[in-house]
Amino acid sequence: MFTAVIWGVAGMGLVLSWTKNREKTRKALQFFQRAFLSLAPSIVAIIWTIGFILTFLPSEFVLGTIGRNAGIMGVVIAAVFGSIVLIPAFIAFPLAASFLRQGADVRGIAAFVTTLVMVGVLTAPLEVKFFGRRFTLLRNSFSFVLALAIAFVMGEVLR
Amino acid sequence: MKIKVVPAILAALAAATVITWASRPDKALAVVSVSKDYLFEMLSILPPVLILCGLFDAWVSKRTVERLMGEASGIKGTCIAFVLGTVAMGPLYAAFPIGKSLLDKGASLYNVAVFLCVWAAIKIPMVLFEIKFLGTEFALLRLVLTVPAILIIAALLNTVRLNTSRIQ
Repeated sequence: MFTAVIWGVAGMGLVLSWTKNREKTRKALQFFQRAFLSLAPSIVAIIWTIGFILTFLPSEFVLGTIGRNAGIMGVVIAAVFGSIVLIPAFIAFPLAASFLRQGADVRGIAAFVTTLVMVGVLTAPLEVKFFGRRFTLLRNSFSFVLALAIAFVMGEVLR
Repeated sequence: MKIKVVPAILAALAAATVITWASRPDKALAVVSVSKDYLFEMLSILPPVLILCGLFDAWVSKRTVERLMGEASGIKGTCIAFVLGTVAMGPLYAAFPIGKSLLDKGASLYNVAVFLCVWAAIKIPMVLFEIKFLGTEFALLRLVLTVPAILIIAALLNTVRLNTSRIQ
């Protein structure tokens, strides 16, 4: 859905731009070519790594480490796990819901969901390409710490 | 240096895949098929995003972005960054080139950081999805806590950047 919309918008934009000003459109396409070619190898490397992680990390292991008895360490591990994996929200939310039903700590689930969306270890190489090492490191670290804070507050409120 | 790191990682991944194939062909197949799915997903999203960034780069003037989202844009600029982030639907890596374009065109670092974090954490369809699966209480509480967290992160990033520029 998102994909179809964005291709449509990009396509229409290109056509519109081409009819108005060919020189600017050519510049836009050169920008695209340069950016795409410089990103492609990193993207393949990131995705290949995800393939390994998702294949070799069983969900029973995850549940064991973020269960209700795991304590604060469990919450931290859940946050680390959320930072590393890269799964779309429409898979992550049902997964998190099933973990909750099976007895996972609500703090762990909150930490997992929050770092999942806000911290990206695997996409960090891409982020570095655009914003530099310093920005990437700081944005992800701050997000990680605040995700833990959010998780502990939620644990208190939803207890 | 970056040019050499990526091929090295790719070579290591290829070697790991071959080794896995030798001992557990089923696992190697799983790795390849999962990777293939994600690769198609990324390749279906990134080209149009980059085309739009190219068009943005060619057509939108630096002055306009500076006026709307620059250092002097105040709360209005932050609100624009916030709305831009929520109405988006793609994954975070699609936001990187857009945020970079905004930054290059004169948007403030604070506003770009808000845009990136909001895009990551508070997309409207995603919030609805979270309500459906994890419950209204869980989802809305997380949302209410995430908004100030994002503003804090953006402010911290902004302060750190200011400090370094002063030191140098």
